[in-house]
Amino acid sequence: MAAINRDDVAHLARLAHIEMSAEELDRMAGELAVIVDSVKSVSEAAGDDVPATSHPIPLSNVFREDVVGHTFTAEQALSGAPDSFEGRFKVPAILDED
Amino acid sequence: MTELNNSELIRLSAAQLAAKLAAREVTSVEVTQAYLDRIALVDGGADGIHAFLHVNAEEALAVAAEVDAIRAAGGAEAEALHELAGVPIAVKDLIVTIGQPTTAGSKILEGWHSPYDATVIKRLRAAKMPILGKTNLDEFAMGSSTEHSAYGPTRNPWDLDRIPGGSGGGSAAAVAAFEAPLALGTDTGGSIRQPGAVTGTVGMKPTYGAVSRYGAIAMASSLDQIGPVSRTVLDSALLQEVIGGHDPFDSTSLTDPFDTLVAAAKTGNVTGMKIGIIKELHGEGYQAGVENRFNESLELLKEAGAEIVEVSCPNFKYALGAYYLIMPSEVSSNLAKFDGVRYGLRVLPEDGPMTIERVMAATRAAGFGDEVKRRIILGTYALSAGYYDAYYGSAQKVRTLIQRDFDAAFAQADVLISPTAPTTAFKLGEKLDDPLAMYLNDVATIPANMAGIPGLSLPGGLADEDGLPVGIQLLAPAREDARLYRVGAVLESLLEEKWGGPLLDRAPVLGSSSTIAGGSN
Repeated sequence: MAAINRDDVAHLARLAHIEMSAEELDRMAGELAVIVDSVKSVSEAAGDDVPATSHPIPLSNVFREDVVGHTFTAEQALSGAPDSFEGRFKVPAILDED
Repeated sequence: MTELNNSELIRLSAAQLAAKLAAREVTSVEVTQAYLDRIALVDGGADGIHAFLHVNAEEALAVAAEVDAIRAAGGAEAEALHELAGVPIAVKDLIVTIGQPTTAGSKILEGWHSPYDATVIKRLRAAKMPILGKTNLDEFAMGSSTEHSAYGPTRNPWDLDRIPGGSGGGSAAAVAAFEAPLALGTDTGGSIRQPGAVTGTVGMKPTYGAVSRYGAIAMASSLDQIGPVSRTVLDSALLQEVIGGHDPFDSTSLTDPFDTLVAAAKTGNVTGMKIGIIKELHGEGYQAGVENRFNESLELLKEAGAEIVEVSCPNFKYALGAYYLIMPSEVSSNLAKFDGVRYGLRVLPEDGPMTIERVMAATRAAGFGDEVKRRIILGTYALSAGYYDAYYGSAQKVRTLIQRDFDAAFAQADVLISPTAPTTAFKLGEKLDDPLAMYLNDVATIPANMAGIPGLSLPGGLADEDGLPVGIQLLAPAREDARLYRVGAVLESLLEEKWGGPLLDRAPVLGSSSTIAGGSN
């Protein structure tokens, strides 16, 4: 398995929408390399015949009646928003201006 | 009527408080005020425990007064009161509450108020239990020391220079320092049990789905579980019966009733039960004092008529690695919602175009701490194209192997036993620069989360070399939470007989004149 380097971390930080300084990228790359190295044995633990477990207690077809239950008012939904306008979340530009 | 002074009152267990309240020997207002006074005495200041991020005095006293009025009036309404009505409780600040801030220990949620209550909070309110406040935690429950809280660390009441465990260090320390008789925690890889172990308290991670997760801010959804924190095994059983049971708001909630837990804690014998020592979870890598206390508990259980067998779980050696792939993967997805749009912090970039993506990146950079960032990046890596099968896919297969190991072990034993953590509490700051060393602290608790089974940690005594608490972990098959309360209560009574009283009686006295009284906020 490939090691993780500074460029990988910079790419991952962009994907995860976290701005990182040069110093932070250096430090994070070093720390993550150690962690990734320590978990690599996991890929050799199980053969192809072992099924994956995504959920610890098997449950299937958890349904409810298709009726409207409790919902928030617009005011409640917006109560923690950093910015709102006329009953809506207000966000900065979605598209680049240039 | 028995006259108790406040320092005696706050040392009673929840079950003892409940009995005194029902007999009207004390009022809930007196009890609640005694705890608020204790919080004011020991929680704040430079040498304070700092278990609380928010103290909810006004509401707690109002609920207490309501319970007292109902009891005083008597009649059907008094009869219908829950057994724990009027017994106060603290809540980990990962669980959302109306009327109090919820921060998850993060700057990104500073000042945020939830517009809804978690299901467990609704159940506490229905039982009329006064909520004392919200307790400190590693940011978004990521850590084993509570040092990763954006609001500063919590101190261990046994030694103020040491960690109280994590992520639920606040809840465990509050209960250990007699700032609350009960607390709620959450456990993703050991965050209820490991703090219990290092603070000499009881912590229970119920079967996955036995307690609703609705309103617990999600860290890793397939591993997270809310559970009780207390000073006695019976108290945890009482609390789990309040908060547990099916909840249609959580689609992973089990329909089993889990209503025999208190009765199980009162069974009083382990005769003929088979208790399995997990070969891989003691010995090498475990502190000598931890190992000694563990062996002592085994002897006591044997003398009480249990049969001790040894089981092997060979795939546990992959558990920590698999956990550090699955958990961050789920973290990276769950924490994507903190984007500076719908709630919490919004930080604008200092220069350049003001697009939403740049605002998100600046907000998340400023709002998340290092440990959270590490896990988001690690999870994003484990889920990325080309690595998914090798990392996340392989880790999910390991999960199957761990479940198989448990199945085989439980074919030989009714419950399994191990130390809860390999060491006693480490010093504040000791592992801050070495994330991997901190992760190793959860080596014995993680397998239960991976398999969804219940785990209980109870005090096993003090390590000879440092005089700090050691935790004993009991594990049972999924849905068999009652077994843990049965064996746990028996072991607790055998140990207390040996010690001549509760372990916390041996903890140092807090609140000396050097401690500045006053809330933590």
